[in-house]
Amino acid sequence: MIAPRTHLDRLEAEAIHILREVAGQCQNPALLFSGGKDSVCLLRLAEKAFRPGRFPFPLLHIDTGHNYPEVIAFRDRRAAELGERLIVRSVEDSIARGTVRLARPDESRNRHQSVTLREAIEEFGFDCLIGGARRDEEKARAKERVFSVRDEFGQWDPKNQRPELWRLYNAKVPAGGHVRAFPISDWTELDVWQYIAREGLELPSIYFAHPRPCVRRGGLLAPVTELTPAREGETVETLWVRFRTVGDIPCTAPVESRARTIEEILRETAATTVSERGATRLDDQTHEAAMEQRKREGYF
Amino acid sequence: MDTVLRFLTCGSVDDGKSTLIGRLLYDSRALLVDTLEGIERTSRRRGATAPDLSLVTDGLIAEREQGITIDVAYRYFRSGARTFIIADAPGHEQYTRNMVTAASTAQLAVLLVDVRQGLTAQTQRHALLADLVGIPALTIAVNKMDLVDYDPAAFEAVVYAFEDFAEASGLRARRHYIPMSALLGDMVVERGEHLPWYLGPTLLEVLERTPAGQGVSDHPFRFPVQWVCRPREATDPLLHDYRGLAGQVAAGTIAVGEEIVVLPSGRRSTVTAIELGGVPRERAVAGDSVMIRLADDLDVGRGEMLVRADQSAPALTRGVEADLVWLDPAPLAPRRTYLLRHTTREVQARVETIEWNLDVATLEREPAHELTMNDIARVRVKLAQPIAADPYEVLRDTGSFLLIDPATWDTVAAGMIRGTQ
Repeated sequence: MIAPRTHLDRLEAEAIHILREVAGQCQNPALLFSGGKDSVCLLRLAEKAFRPGRFPFPLLHIDTGHNYPEVIAFRDRRAAELGERLIVRSVEDSIARGTVRLARPDESRNRHQSVTLREAIEEFGFDCLIGGARRDEEKARAKERVFSVRDEFGQWDPKNQRPELWRLYNAKVPAGGHVRAFPISDWTELDVWQYIAREGLELPSIYFAHPRPCVRRGGLLAPVTELTPAREGETVETLWVRFRTVGDIPCTAPVESRARTIEEILRETAATTVSERGATRLDDQTHEAAMEQRKREGYF
Repeated sequence: MDTVLRFLTCGSVDDGKSTLIGRLLYDSRALLVDTLEGIERTSRRRGATAPDLSLVTDGLIAEREQGITIDVAYRYFRSGARTFIIADAPGHEQYTRNMVTAASTAQLAVLLVDVRQGLTAQTQRHALLADLVGIPALTIAVNKMDLVDYDPAAFEAVVYAFEDFAEASGLRARRHYIPMSALLGDMVVERGEHLPWYLGPTLLEVLERTPAGQGVSDHPFRFPVQWVCRPREATDPLLHDYRGLAGQVAAGTIAVGEEIVVLPSGRRSTVTAIELGGVPRERAVAGDSVMIRLADDLDVGRGEMLVRADQSAPALTRGVEADLVWLDPAPLAPRRTYLLRHTTREVQARVETIEWNLDVATLEREPAHELTMNDIARVRVKLAQPIAADPYEVLRDTGSFLLIDPATWDTVAAGMIRGTQ
């Protein structure tokens, strides 16, 4: 008897297929690993796709310099455990080079990652970047192909995407450009948590409920850190919170939660009424098409 | 047991696809609070009194500016034990290639028809394309019933017109007709109170009852090799000679000890191990991504296919007869050499003959010397090297191909193999 395949089995098999298409079709790919939960899933999928061999690509992190130290420590440890090569390129270096100019010293560096990413692509000659973006995250992402072609400026042209039929992924790279591959495009936030639970994957501690000083700002919680102090007139409260997504400190908000285990997070995620980005992104609310604008500029 | 249904929504522009999806997500409570608030804010700003549910899917700036859908939007929701993946396809003819993208992986198509417009050339094109790519179930959603006072005769007129068209064009898909108002929510998730004369299922009921896609395990085994794992670890003698063939089982089953044939070379060997992530398993079935090791150290690489020695083999052929959908703004140049991508294999190819080009409006099969964007044609393709092909209606994975333009590397056509020669 063959055990029936579950929804997660199918998602996993498809994602492995996509990773192997990258390995089979691209000369010099890299996998973007931030230490976040989606990229943690990507690493497990890559282990399943390529072990007992080494990954046919290095891991790449674009560090804004504004990440939580727990996440950076986790990133380094995980890469070492896997014995895979980790390349870190930093927005700070782009600032020093003058390719990134900040309007204010404390502004979110989220969108500036695109510049540093482009510089890393040029430095290493990457022809494909594998990322953990999901279509359920946001409206513009809902429209992106699994293999998404970018021009030499890293730009996405949403009006001119390649047809993508069946499982026949065309990863061929146009002159001067590169391809981005999204193996977990069809996964939802709940699928990701279920996979983490099923596979027993370790995550940075800030994904689990912990007490943290925060202020309430624009309907969201803003963490109070050295980088992001409370503004005048704001009341700092120490709340039990967890992060649903981890990123640049100034633009990532935690949610109130007491969930300290994966099982508790799963229960909360299944019952949640607010989307992952809506609950956590301090930068997407500025206008409706914020994400598409960033993607067109080369954002992941 | 959870199941997944991938379905497509299509039809002419303005027939209400985006509103229907918005309604489906809204009434099945799959929209989250912040998404809903965003929609309400935008609707109010534009002077609407009720939330405009079409805003759920129109995600691109150009789409919102023009009020149309340009590219496929994927949405996810659950109802009971089932997960649904919706591919919302654009209605404009110039974006047909995006519709084909969405259709190629769907198990059901919801074809929207505006009851006041009846069938348009674009409705027919979408129905034909859905049928061409082999979607087994077609639900014709006769929408905007509220604008004809829920008149059963208006619904019947669309049903008869579509059945006439289906017969004339030889549509094979199972057909289901539902009168509805996506705007007001009648017969989408809730039955509503306006259609007491309709006794059939709501759209959600149809979606819940449609058989979900399963791997084709009862077909002979097919395993296109994607990548070869050769660790060559000098420190570990066990890994030094390791050679794993990585791929996803396209059809059938394979177990350790079974004899296989490598195509196109025809060499034989025996399966000694099936693994995933270095963990051994006894067998693999259609849909599984695994790594297979063979008893003999054959030089097998990407683009080759393993089949079972005790089962019928695919046709090894240098020529195929196929239905081709041309997807590129630049027309087919019959003398040019394209790259044909079949499973994981790429070979040089030329379209030798265009047997006919289908006129979507009249359903006439017309002679043609070139193909332009959105054309649907029957062609003969000549290949520089053989491929191992099955007919598309038997097995999609080994019966489909792409044509890639070697100058741009763009995907310019999608092909469905109808015969081998």
